[in-house]
Amino acid sequence: MNLSSTNIEGLGVRPAARRPAARSNAAVVRTRRLAPFAFISPTVALITVLTVVPIVMVVGYSFMDSAIVAPNPVFVGFANYLKVLSDPTFLLALGNTFVFISLSTILHLVIGLAFAMLLNTSLLSDVTKAIFRVVYILPWLFTIAVIAVVWRLIMDPYGVANYILTSVGILNQGVNWLATPGSAMGALTFINIWSGYPFFMISLLAALQGVPTVLHEAARVDGAGWWQRFRYVTLPHIRPVIISMAVLDLIWTSQQFALIWLTTGGGPLGATEMLSTYTYKQAFSSFEFATASASAVIVLLLTMILAFFYVRQQTVRD
Amino acid sequence: MSMRRRGGPRLLATLGTAAAMVVAMSGCSGPAPGGGPTGEVTIEFAQWWEPELPAGSFAGLIDEFQKENPTIKVKLLSAPFASTQQQMVAAAASGQLPDVVGLDGAWVSDFAKQGAIADLSPLLKADNFPEDQLASQVKVNGKTYMIPVVNFVYPLFVNNDLLQQAGVSKAPTNRSEFLDAAKKISALGGNVKGWALPLDTAVPNGIQNDVMSWVWASGGSMLKNGKPDVTNAQVKSGVEYVKSLYDADVVAPGALTMKEQDKVEKFTNGQVGMVIDSLAHITLIKKNNPSLDFTVAALPSEDSYTGKRGIPYASWGIGVSDKSAHKAEAAKLVEFLMGKDVNAQLSTLANGFPGNKTASPDFSKSDPLFKTAFDIYQAGYPANEFVGLPKSDHLQRTFDEQLQKTLTDSQSVDQTLTAVQSEWASVF
Repeated sequence: MNLSSTNIEGLGVRPAARRPAARSNAAVVRTRRLAPFAFISPTVALITVLTVVPIVMVVGYSFMDSAIVAPNPVFVGFANYLKVLSDPTFLLALGNTFVFISLSTILHLVIGLAFAMLLNTSLLSDVTKAIFRVVYILPWLFTIAVIAVVWRLIMDPYGVANYILTSVGILNQGVNWLATPGSAMGALTFINIWSGYPFFMISLLAALQGVPTVLHEAARVDGAGWWQRFRYVTLPHIRPVIISMAVLDLIWTSQQFALIWLTTGGGPLGATEMLSTYTYKQAFSSFEFATASASAVIVLLLTMILAFFYVRQQTVRD
Repeated sequence: MSMRRRGGPRLLATLGTAAAMVVAMSGCSGPAPGGGPTGEVTIEFAQWWEPELPAGSFAGLIDEFQKENPTIKVKLLSAPFASTQQQMVAAAASGQLPDVVGLDGAWVSDFAKQGAIADLSPLLKADNFPEDQLASQVKVNGKTYMIPVVNFVYPLFVNNDLLQQAGVSKAPTNRSEFLDAAKKISALGGNVKGWALPLDTAVPNGIQNDVMSWVWASGGSMLKNGKPDVTNAQVKSGVEYVKSLYDADVVAPGALTMKEQDKVEKFTNGQVGMVIDSLAHITLIKKNNPSLDFTVAALPSEDSYTGKRGIPYASWGIGVSDKSAHKAEAAKLVEFLMGKDVNAQLSTLANGFPGNKTASPDFSKSDPLFKTAFDIYQAGYPANEFVGLPKSDHLQRTFDEQLQKTLTDSQSVDQTLTAVQSEWASVF
């Protein structure tokens, strides 16, 4: 901008003749100021339409009576929140969700790390590791619908799981894994762990491959054993990845819906009722969109707490 | 200046893209099509029927309608049932229902209360359509909001081979015979059970199809003057009977989370001797297991019952949007589909029974079991008291959850029915 002005003045143009040029410069300045906003406008428009507007609408519904289904819903303040928070089914779903996401995340991490270390070992040949890599990652390739159907068949009272367990003498008779209140949550969590560990495995494998081998060699020279090398060399290096993955997994698992809906539907007797299934039933079975919105906002707030820790972790890393 | 030359087009392109996107997005919720310049009217018809019918057959019927009514064009909005349901719920709430809508009985009450669907009687009367030809009409507060176009009944499916192996000579006709047959089939061993009871709470239609059907088959009712009455003797007897079947260990394991498709699969695989199922599944069962020898029979009633038997059904219902600007044209389409010949044709295509009493489906090319089922249907009456009730899905789920407590001995039948009565009363 300064360059243009200097050039014009340097040419000795008279003020009257400079007026159009000055206007032109002002336009350039305006354009350049607006340009960044124009560049981000598609993204802003998308985020606004796809994220901000729906969230604002759902928050709005959560404060209304008979939202969506009534032509003139009335503002009721926090009544829907009080109704949801005092609903025993919601509290049951909250507890179940806590158990489900905690167990899933911990075991995703343990299994993912174990398999990642196996794939990172120097004790196996590259071909063997490649085969294991393909086998271990298979669960990740199936869609949730396929996973649900396959595991419903495996865990059927007359399915493969019971056949094997009774054949080897672990069980005397088959168990209704997904239909018995005592085993349904465990069975569902198992399926979720099976379907989700490969993502941890791949991420942690990448992190393990970034640990300098010289550190391991130095530790070995100093007399450190396997456990000490893992604890004092490997773990500190991959800790940031572990924390990030764990927080992300907590968020993702808390939003799990399709797997639960397609396997147990929240039953039997509410044993696998989660916040996601509770919210869905409120909306599309009871047509209580206001309480469903209140429940969804509570889930959003809980998820935002996790997201806050994730962002803070990322900021610390940076 | 050179910077300006480079930046200008880019800026314009960026702004143009953003503007185009906003326009495109706003176009997603554009107004429904209406009248054309030549007096031609386009109406929208949202339903899940077309994907379930032989390819091109439904479009053929609509073409026929357009030939008969050259000034009316029909735009079919077809999607599977589940997505149609979600779209219709949202559209009804926002007052954007298409002109003509395929309806399930479970949606009617809520849509009517929202003012989303129109009273059909005045529309049909205006065209002098003979309403007495309609097999049934779904009413809310005395007004007709849905007309069942095709009905799919749920008779008793019986595996003839298993029945024979168990030493049972004929399909059971009453509850005692059914329990006896179920016990004998279960005694065959080899993972075979007498009956299947799908009680998955995700889609709790097992309550209407597999539980309340026992009540309706004996002429019972769960309503009194349109209000819940689930603590009456008939419902109690039905629930106690289901409990007795469960306790006798004649029910396929996994009932508490079993889905309807599991029930069909188990019957198809010969793991279950008897199920209450939709006629629509006959083709599927025969396709998946051509060697399965099975038949259909009327639902068993109470031993002493001699009256007409209610047979559960599901419908392809039809309604008209109350916000439609072309209600008269929409009504013409409804009348066309409910006409004697077209209704018979559509029922034949759908393997269902006509909503027009005077229509006769053509069984000449159908499986003989459809004719058997039609005779059962005509000997009894279609019974599904959940049709037209508010929050029908929710009511069934409530019943389902309480029934599961009874089956697992957490509470008595009386406690279950009292809890259901209380929950249902709060909805009404």
